Amino acid sequence: MSGLLELTAPLLISCVLLAAALQGVDIYAALLEGARKGLRVMADILPALLTLFPALALLRASGLPELLGRLLSPALQLLGIPPETTLLLLLRPVSGSAALAAASELIGRFGADSLIGRTAAVMIGSSETTFYVAAVYFAAAGVKKSRWAIPAALCADLACFVSSAWACRLFWG
Amino acid sequence: MFIGLLLTGIYLLCTLLSPALGRTAQAGAAVMEGASEALRFCLSVTGGVCLWSAVLELAERCGAARLLSRSLRPVLRRLFPRSARDGEVLSALSENVSANLLGLGNAATPAGIRCAQGMARLPGAEEELRLLVVLNTASLQLLPSSIAAVRAAAGAASAFDILPAVWLSSAASVAAGLLAAALLRRLWP
Repeated sequence: MSGLLELTAPLLISCVLLAAALQGVDIYAALLEGARKGLRVMADILPALLTLFPALALLRASGLPELLGRLLSPALQLLGIPPETTLLLLLRPVSGSAALAAASELIGRFGADSLIGRTAAVMIGSSETTFYVAAVYFAAAGVKKSRWAIPAALCADLACFVSSAWACRLFWG
Repeated sequence: MFIGLLLTGIYLLCTLLSPALGRTAQAGAAVMEGASEALRFCLSVTGGVCLWSAVLELAERCGAARLLSRSLRPVLRRLFPRSARDGEVLSALSENVSANLLGLGNAATPAGIRCAQGMARLPGAEEELRLLVVLNTASLQLLPSSIAAVRAAAGAASAFDILPAVWLSSAASVAAGLLAAALLRRLWP
């Protein structure tokens, strides 16, 4: 099982290549176009990250997250969530780039294979930018009354954070 | 606008608070350091992001999204009975969910918006429109390639070894979202 997971990248790419070859898709052209789209995505989020990273670095250096984490830690500990991830939890539903910046900071500080680094990665990988998505969809549909949608979406986020922390402790704790 | 106010709050709060917490030296150095950190981060992650973007583009051209969206329809008919009776809305819905599963953000949002607009037109589908939003705010993505690229750049032994935990947690979050929606729509007259 772990060998299979280690081979995720080459295995998945082999399957896609094989399927494309069998269907006669122009493989190289598709790969180039996809890579170009990836570059465009990075170019689009770079200004956001350049703006957000200094503010988050300042926030972390000021000692405020530790203070906040200490304040919230009884509640977080009750839920089994590491207090170090407080900032990430608060940013996740609001801004995708800011949450990515906070997660990458945790991954860099504690290490990619540490329990906290893994928990941060799983939290990011299994959640979405709730308020942004809801705003886009309700605005596009011209709906003013979102009613229970945001509370239900926030329940899903909370379940995501709790289960991320539990799953990481279960697998790597 | 919200992010702008958030940034203003962070700068003001931290600048005023750091002397009280005895962190002036760190706070002073952090801002410039953060800016160069942003560029280093982008450079180290770009390789992985582009690789997966390329592979996903190829998978899309092989018809992976179409195949997936066809197999999803029975489930979607049960979750969205009112909208599923409209062929156009159902196809936008299944396109949205399958693009979300494959992590094709560029394809998921336009399909989701088409679906939301269709639901807004259908009489009696407001509750299903809200459910669509709840489903889209919970992550369905099977292969979280961006955060895997971040892990790989930070020296993870195996960037994708978090997959089982991500799947477990995604499933828990979708289940919680659906459950909360089912409960709250009854409590919310």
